[in-house]
Amino acid sequence: MLRPVQGALKRDHLDAPRSWRTAALAAIGPLIVLAGAVWALAEPERLPILDPDAQGFWSLAVEPPLLVLLAGVFFHRFIASGLIRDLYQSEET
Amino acid sequence: MEPPSEHVHWMFATGFLVLAACLLAQAIVGDDVWNRSAWRRYFFPGFGFLMGLAMWPVAVFAGGTTIHLLAHFTWAQLMMLAGGAHLALARGKLQHRFWRLTMPVALGVSGLAFLGHEEHGWLYSRSALVHHICGWTLVVGALFPLGAAFRPRSNFFRLGFAATFIVLAIALFALRDSGPVLGNVPSTAHGDARR
Repeated sequence: MLRPVQGALKRDHLDAPRSWRTAALAAIGPLIVLAGAVWALAEPERLPILDPDAQGFWSLAVEPPLLVLLAGVFFHRFIASGLIRDLYQSEET
Repeated sequence: MEPPSEHVHWMFATGFLVLAACLLAQAIVGDDVWNRSAWRRYFFPGFGFLMGLAMWPVAVFAGGTTIHLLAHFTWAQLMMLAGGAHLALARGKLQHRFWRLTMPVALGVSGLAFLGHEEHGWLYSRSALVHHICGWTLVVGALFPLGAAFRPRSNFFRLGFAATFIVLAIALFALRDSGPVLGNVPSTAHGDARR
């Protein structure tokens, strides 16, 4: 396989958690996403996007379960992943 | 095209949820690892400052009574003060640890403002219930950053601070402009319960 493709397919954070701190950190974002998903399933009426024609702009733009889900994704992608890398480095030194 | 009151509360709830996750992460990894990245070091106070900034249009456009206006202006100023002071602490421009007291002051006064501008009882409406819960959560929660200002390495105070924001976010997400107070508990408000 081409080297760039290999590089793109390789994930650098598939290692098993090396400490309880890493595991806890890696769990925060997915737990928030899970909470948002469970909320969306439990209260689908809080998701106006399922019936977009009957809603105004703000109802479609601000949907609580989706906001929770996005908060979890944002935290995991932009904060937790870098923090886990730094935690690995600090544990190695 | 102003957003309805409940939508504004939900947007702020999202902000508090992100802040809570950051505080929780910082409590787990400790300051040394957290501060390795400048972006993380400035994110929490910077985000708090921006939320304070966002409170100004809420204060202006939400309308309502004078006490509503005063409460929201007080929040805006204190959130910006706490955010700004912690930005300067993170940058090293401020050194004295007493500047950390801006956070408990912001939380405590915000809690009192929540309670002060809610003129109805707990079961008047969902909005009234949420405002009472948020008010007391912030008043009690202010004790955690207060303790952390004097014992910055204490995990108890750090986790308590994060838990305060989690409770705040959940309460704000639960806010509705109309409908029952909680489950089957009806609103005691006569007529329209919109606030």
